[in-house]
Amino acid sequence: MTTLTAPAPRLRLGRFRDLTLVPVIVLLLIVGAFLDPIFLTTGNLTNVLQQQASISLLVLAEAMILISGKFDLSLESTVGMAPALAVMLVIPATAGGFGLGLPGMLVIPLCLLVGAAIGAVNGFLIIKFQLSAFIVTLAMQIIVHGLQLGPTEGKTLFELPESMLYLGSATWLGLPASVWIAGVLFVAGMVGLGYFRVGRSLYAIGGNSDAARAAGIRVDRVLWGVFILGGMLAALAGVLETGRLGAVGSGQGVGWIFMVFAAAVIGGVSMDGGKGTILGALTGVLVIGLVQNILTLKGVSGFWQPVVYGFIILVALMISRVAGGKAQD
Amino acid sequence: MKTHVEARNVVKRFGSTVALNGASIAIAEGETHALLGRNGAGKSTLVSILTGLQRPDAGEVLFSGEAAPALADRDAWRRQVACVYQKPTIIPTLTVAENLFLNRQTDSGMIKWRALRARARELLATYEVDVDAEALTGDLDVEQRQLVEIARALSFGARFIILDEPTARLDGPAIERLFVRMRALREQGVTMMYISHHLDEVYEICQSVTVFRDARHVLTRPVADLPHDDLVTAMTGEATVAYESRTRTPGEKVVLSSAGLTLAGRYQDVDLSVRSGEVVGLAGSASSGKVGVAETLVGLRKADSGTVVVNGARVKPGDVPAALKAGLGFVPEDRHHEGFVPLLSVGENATIPIARRLGRFGTVSPAKRRGKAVQLIKELDIKTEGPDQPVGDLSGGNAQKVVFARALVDDPAALVVINPTAGVDVKAKQALLGAVEDAVERGAGAVVVSDELDDLRICDRVLVMFHGRIVKDVPRGWTDHELVAVMEGIQP
Ligand SMILES: Nc1ncnc2c1ncn2[C@@H]1O[C@H](COP(=O)(O)OP(=O)(O)O)[C@@H](O)[C@H]1O
Ligand SMILES: [Mg+2]
Repeated sequence: MTTLTAPAPRLRLGRFRDLTLVPVIVLLLIVGAFLDPIFLTTGNLTNVLQQQASISLLVLAEAMILISGKFDLSLESTVGMAPALAVMLVIPATAGGFGLGLPGMLVIPLCLLVGAAIGAVNGFLIIKFQLSAFIVTLAMQIIVHGLQLGPTEGKTLFELPESMLYLGSATWLGLPASVWIAGVLFVAGMVGLGYFRVGRSLYAIGGNSDAARAAGIRVDRVLWGVFILGGMLAALAGVLETGRLGAVGSGQGVGWIFMVFAAAVIGGVSMDGGKGTILGALTGVLVIGLVQNILTLKGVSGFWQPVVYGFIILVALMISRVAGGKAQD
Repeated sequence: MKTHVEARNVVKRFGSTVALNGASIAIAEGETHALLGRNGAGKSTLVSILTGLQRPDAGEVLFSGEAAPALADRDAWRRQVACVYQKPTIIPTLTVAENLFLNRQTDSGMIKWRALRARARELLATYEVDVDAEALTGDLDVEQRQLVEIARALSFGARFIILDEPTARLDGPAIERLFVRMRALREQGVTMMYISHHLDEVYEICQSVTVFRDARHVLTRPVADLPHDDLVTAMTGEATVAYESRTRTPGEKVVLSSAGLTLAGRYQDVDLSVRSGEVVGLAGSASSGKVGVAETLVGLRKADSGTVVVNGARVKPGDVPAALKAGLGFVPEDRHHEGFVPLLSVGENATIPIARRLGRFGTVSPAKRRGKAVQLIKELDIKTEGPDQPVGDLSGGNAQKVVFARALVDDPAALVVINPTAGVDVKAKQALLGAVEDAVERGAGAVVVSDELDDLRICDRVLVMFHGRIVKDVPRGWTDHELVAVMEGIQP
């Protein structure tokens, strides 16, 4: 190549791209500290982490699905439906359950199983029938939410087995258990996608699935696994949320998916597949969580907050466009 | 000589299309064997069967006389055959190192990235590929990407390599470098199958040739025994004469001109003017800036300074609709990206520029569109089921004709075509060059930007660019050697 067409040498920033939001997080911490004395207290920051714990699991799931070049809108419905169904399977009919008399200990395994089943159905329709992931999971979002509203008749479930409440409300070593769980799963995600062949295959599939197939990657099997894992993470997010609130409401998880996409995308995960990291997605969650907390502390009305989030997404996209030099995709 | 690779009576159907109909090929050990055929003859389908990506509906594949491995056993296939596919098989979002060891980053356990990068650098050094192992593959240019694919293909230790149209997107020097590599491999006893639309390349590096036509095997011969014309006849099924460019006298009116066009890092001070009834070629190596200039003329790019005048009107820089409105038609470099919308029909694609005039109040009359489309299909001899077929289903040459139809639909005063015949077979090539000459005879002025000397032969004069500047205006009657010497900057 001659100097004429050689692109202007750019610093190898690619490797640090996961960390582009770190300055933003630092900035938010500083701004928050100035705006409100309560902000930088351990109690408040712990609070932020706990509030973000369950939604962060959805971001983890969505990041993996997006990196594989797919899409899942149904995760948010699973957050409410999986725990609701699992709870109804174990509580007596008088408390609003099916009255099957299954032991209460089974509630979490059942919940995860429901999540896995939803992911499996998504995978089946998208992979075997080659349907568009967007439309399939949009339909599934509606169906799954309906499968919560139908049996519960839209009512909130209050009488929950003890094991359902534990994870979302316990404290381990001074931090909420849900924060530990989310932290461990994110580390597992980073290691899995960064250092294991199966994790790397998600990038290959999302980047060019024909090439992945030619390299001997079992594309369908991996994608199916990703959808099932995604469903299970959403179900676990439901367990944590249920424990935190002490009940399963009919609106649990509803509307989360926009925040999930926002966090993943500002964290550098590409909607086109093949690009992004779990660490990046995590920084996205933290940014959203901090902004939410600052707005709430400053008493900004919940009705106005969405406008701010919308702006944050746009600004983050513009910053990453300028920093990355390439069109955002 | 021992047969290294053989496919016997292979049949492969895609729905109602029969891509291979009992086709066979036998390749002797150590030879470089060309596979030729028009677009859609079934060459790439044979490649995917020979590399174990697709299962033939009937027939068998043998390596050194033994049955091919099971389809699921990718590693066994890759020890038998390496391939540079027509479509890129690298993952643009991953690094070169990871692409080289895709799905074999480690045997088990965690990936050791540092060791992987070291292995990648070693592999690149072994095959003398000068590419940074840590670069993102998507940032490489076409040649580098292809070299990465070749290095990866070879690293499995296969003694048989397939190259499916590797030169379609390379420029002259890059092709020469590829051939040097291929010759070195042949000296090491590697068997190769080579697919290309460039017959001169086949004569240059192949020993035998097999021709497919309409999904069937037509002939296999030593290259030395097969004159050029017979080869073309075998491919097309009829005697074809080489394209005769026509002579004409250009008019006086200037229909397209530029003055002082400069885009930092791409080209400087480009002045050109094209008269009605004239074909002007724009030649040069890949780094010469010729494509950049052409894209600026049509408004796809914006120059830092300078002006473009179309048909007497100065057009706003970087504004394609303005250029089209002023009377310009163009065929972009990358037809898949800028040329057509694959899911839209032939008719819709061809009539996009005139949709405004096919109906009133922003609506488009389907009947008028159909009429116009049928006319264009006939004029350009587009092989299609009809105006309603999606362009994405057409073979390369026919899709390119649709792009031409779109450029010509509005009877442009000026026509700019970039690499009009890339990846297009002999007959389609002649039709496309004919379409340019027809338009010029109707009074248009044309600019032909091409890496193909054959395309430039229709030009009344050729402007040669070198390092971003027009260095010479060569009138008709040049020899290949002369023009290439100027393009390479060997001769002023
Ligand atoms: N995956 C596919 N699905 C449907 N049709 C296909 C597919 N692959 C190839 N074809 C069709 O098979 C024929 C042969 O194509 P191909 O092998 O790509 O030809 P060539 O490489 O010789 O240009 C063409 O008509 C093409 O449209
Ligand atoms: Mg082909």
